[in-house]
Amino acid sequence: MTTMTAQTTQVYQLYIKASPEEIWEAITRPEFTTKYFHGSYVDSTFEPGAPYFGYSTDRSLLWVDGEVLEADPPRRLQHTWRALYDEESAAEPHSRVTWQIEPQDDGSCLLTVVHDQLEGSPKTAQSVSGAGWMHVLSGLKTLLETGEPLSG
Amino acid sequence: MTVSGRHVTILSHIIRGVTDDDRVFKALADPTRRFLLDRLFARDGRTLTELESELEMTRFGVMKHLRVLEDANLVVTRREGREKLHFLNPVPIRLLHDRWIDKYTERRVSALADLKNELEETA
Repeated sequence: MTTMTAQTTQVYQLYIKASPEEIWEAITRPEFTTKYFHGSYVDSTFEPGAPYFGYSTDRSLLWVDGEVLEADPPRRLQHTWRALYDEESAAEPHSRVTWQIEPQDDGSCLLTVVHDQLEGSPKTAQSVSGAGWMHVLSGLKTLLETGEPLSG
Repeated sequence: MTVSGRHVTILSHIIRGVTDDDRVFKALADPTRRFLLDRLFARDGRTLTELESELEMTRFGVMKHLRVLEDANLVVTRREGREKLHFLNPVPIRLLHDRWIDKYTERRVSALADLKNELEETA
């Protein structure tokens, strides 16, 4: 078992065969996020200053809260993030998530997700690192490219 | 007509897929590049100078290896102030895993999951 401190700036990047608009919708609309984001039902107007909420699929529990910092559809979204699904991470300060969508010449897009400002949030950093974000992004790619959620 | 058209589409997907996977496999098939990824795994967001100091290799040599890792999208660079920082991007390895390894282990894993469920139900 490897023991290490999770990174305070985490960068994830992948190519997705979809338009910027499709990727933006998949990030901001709950009918999509419930299919790849650990079932999370995202709820926000996605305007700067607006709250950002992630509920359980049936909306009975609040899993994530934050605030929209920047929104430039369909290219850039930045919001703060606090994981409430775990007692320890819920007590940590908000960290920050930035989504950047860059269209490529071949019709695909390069999606970059930067999760940073995790200095005061080691428990959150640990829970989202490695398999956490990778599972979400791999699922997002599969959903957009095949129309089917990633199995398992 | 329809069949050959479909055939061409499938083939072009295969060729594209192989190209992306090839870059990742090729990048991983070198001990120096795996060492660089391990260094970034231990601590992310490093400059070329920091990475170079851990290898007995010229700056140019390290740059060449980093370029191969960047081409495979395994390393992403970001500018912070005057510094160019290198970050490990683990997503391509995950995608390879989903595409190649899951396929072969799925049955075994699901059998183990079934067994676990059964044991937990009877416990």
